[in-house]
Amino acid sequence: MCRHVRLLVIGAVGLAWASPALADMLISVAPGEGAQDRLQEALIEIAPGGTIELLDGIYELTDGLSLDVDEVRILGKGKYRTVLSFNGQLAGSEGLLVTSDGVSLFDFAIENAKGDGVKAKDVNALRLGNLRVEWTNGPDEKNGAYGLYPVGSTNVLIEGCLVIGASDAGIYVGQSEHIVIRNNMARDNVAGFEIENSYFADVYNNVAINNTGGFLVFDLPDLPKQGGHHVRLFENVAINNNTPNFAPAGNIVASVPQGLGVMIMANRDVEVFNNIIIGNQTVGISVGSYVEETTDESYYPHPKRIHVHDNSFSNNGYQPMGALGQQASLIAGGPLPDMVWDGLLPVAYGGEQVPREDWIFFSNNKGDNGAASFIDLNFATMVVAHMMGDVDFVPTPSRDIQPHIGSLPALPAVHLDLK
Amino acid sequence: MVHVLADTPPRLLSAYGLFVDGSTQQPAEGVVPYDLNTPLFSDYADKLRFVYIPAGQVATYHDRDVFSFPVGTVLVKTFAYPDGPRWNLIETRLLIHKARGWIALPYIWNADQSEAVLKKAGGRVEVTVPLADGPVQISYKVPNVNQCKGCHIRNDVMEPIGPKARNLNRTFEGRDDLPNQLTHWQAIGYLAGVPDWPPSAPDWDDPSTGTLDARARAYLDVNCAHCHQPGSPGDTSGLYLEYWRHDATATGIWKRPVAAGRGSGGLDFAIDPGHPDRSIMIFRMESQDPGIMMPEAGRSLVHTEGVALLREWITNLAKSQASSP
Repeated sequence: MCRHVRLLVIGAVGLAWASPALADMLISVAPGEGAQDRLQEALIEIAPGGTIELLDGIYELTDGLSLDVDEVRILGKGKYRTVLSFNGQLAGSEGLLVTSDGVSLFDFAIENAKGDGVKAKDVNALRLGNLRVEWTNGPDEKNGAYGLYPVGSTNVLIEGCLVIGASDAGIYVGQSEHIVIRNNMARDNVAGFEIENSYFADVYNNVAINNTGGFLVFDLPDLPKQGGHHVRLFENVAINNNTPNFAPAGNIVASVPQGLGVMIMANRDVEVFNNIIIGNQTVGISVGSYVEETTDESYYPHPKRIHVHDNSFSNNGYQPMGALGQQASLIAGGPLPDMVWDGLLPVAYGGEQVPREDWIFFSNNKGDNGAASFIDLNFATMVVAHMMGDVDFVPTPSRDIQPHIGSLPALPAVHLDLK
Repeated sequence: MVHVLADTPPRLLSAYGLFVDGSTQQPAEGVVPYDLNTPLFSDYADKLRFVYIPAGQVATYHDRDVFSFPVGTVLVKTFAYPDGPRWNLIETRLLIHKARGWIALPYIWNADQSEAVLKKAGGRVEVTVPLADGPVQISYKVPNVNQCKGCHIRNDVMEPIGPKARNLNRTFEGRDDLPNQLTHWQAIGYLAGVPDWPPSAPDWDDPSTGTLDARARAYLDVNCAHCHQPGSPGDTSGLYLEYWRHDATATGIWKRPVAAGRGSGGLDFAIDPGHPDRSIMIFRMESQDPGIMMPEAGRSLVHTEGVALLREWITNLAKSQASSP
């Protein structure tokens, strides 16, 4: 990515700014005494189009920072050289909150935020590049929830970032549109990557390693934006995501069983292809419906038009964990295969049969024994049995992948308008 | 009044001419004191509120939303703690309606109370809060101008929060010898369009002014709904807490958390009717952890009395709610 920074007057250590040619305005903020006030002042005083330069060193911060000026770039020296440390954070539910458009954040780290690392709400054209968000004590339920957290936003690019230790998701995009997440690594989080209630997302060339779950794509009810659709998940690696779930219970992520490579829940038009999914002890990929009760009549809980193809699986499902893992394992009679579909269908609730063009396809996936292994947990029969009062009913699964061989039109690439 | 509409705000609060005597908060001519049925909790600070509207201008009444004030309006709010017979003034926040929209400016008082100085980046002040159980030392946070926007925003536009019909509908300080504030504002030409029967919200802390349900909803309206309403910073949660909203799920009943993270406290619902200890709302309002606490900004202490009201309300919700969502 290009960064044209025209450096005007810089001056010595401390807060210095250039002549007020607005879009060229540069404020350089050094670490050290008074960093909180100097950095927050810079974030307030910077002109639209200006640049805030962060230097080598550790900035000790006591309060969350916020930026509400358009087209601003915050540039550090590198994700291990420029560190915004929130060890002593007294207030603020995130390290840095962005509420303006056209903002770029590059080359610095946020450590130990008490809440979320970077949150961007209702913004357009956001670039997050080469950032590190880390909770340095490792997986801990007291860590903040999200590392990178754009929500209600459009035209979001996240690349080259590293997120470690989030108690919910490392890289989370919620209720947003037009998103590209590429070349990032998420490790030791509960969920590595989470795409929630969002439209048009390309998630590719990322590594999710040692999280509880690698990649989660799901749609939830009762929210201003729902009906998530058009998500492509490709050329990623989901490996050894077997960290015990350290999320606080109550959030949907707390039900993610350790050892989950990829999960697709609700959502329509999702294409999962050319990924490497290895060593996830509960399951390689699971596709299913949202099963909690909801009064939201506009919400559709079943996945639709899901195409899982040309992925490589190895050594998944060998020791299913968590309530979901154990339930599935009970039905499967032991370890789980690479690919699981819960078998829930709208017809079980008195809905319509799903036509072939809206179906869920698993095609041309490779596994340890040639083709990737598969199971349909047949939850539809369980729903019916429960309605008849048989609460102990265990469905009979099917390992026949034949009904799911087929294809859907490839989804189009996401285009971002970052100006 | 000077400097109200100047581009660069004055460094010193006295430049505005809002007070005859800043240290006693005696207002100048045309600066009208007012208060609210239910105020926002801010670490037990007392708040002295004033409104100034330029001569010949008038605010427009609305039934539900905050009034529309003309350009040049200044809303003033001084945060103070009682100190024997005096006030210990901490900060004065101004909301000024400029031609391009509202701006917020925090002024921090000096120790001898002779002057307040503009601090756009906010600041922290060591304060002793005289609580019922004994004094508590806190690091009182004066917000920076971005943080003002963090609450005073709806649909990308900055706006005041307090001066709404339902919260102004009272006499100043509850005094019998004063007229109703809405009537008074209209009489002095500050407000137009007040109907015969404007809506009213109760005083959260006075059972004679409303039912438990109404008082709890008024408390949530004033402490939460500026973020938890469509178009405002908490709206992606789907939890909407305006006083008049009726949808059970949107107002939190059996509503599951969305992106609460640790804020869920291991609990399943924002409000679990009959069970305050199982309600995320109570958990978050009882927290002082920046990653958990609600409201997110504006307090460091727990409002034990407000939480007690909500606990009582949730306990009794089961009796008035249907037994399933």
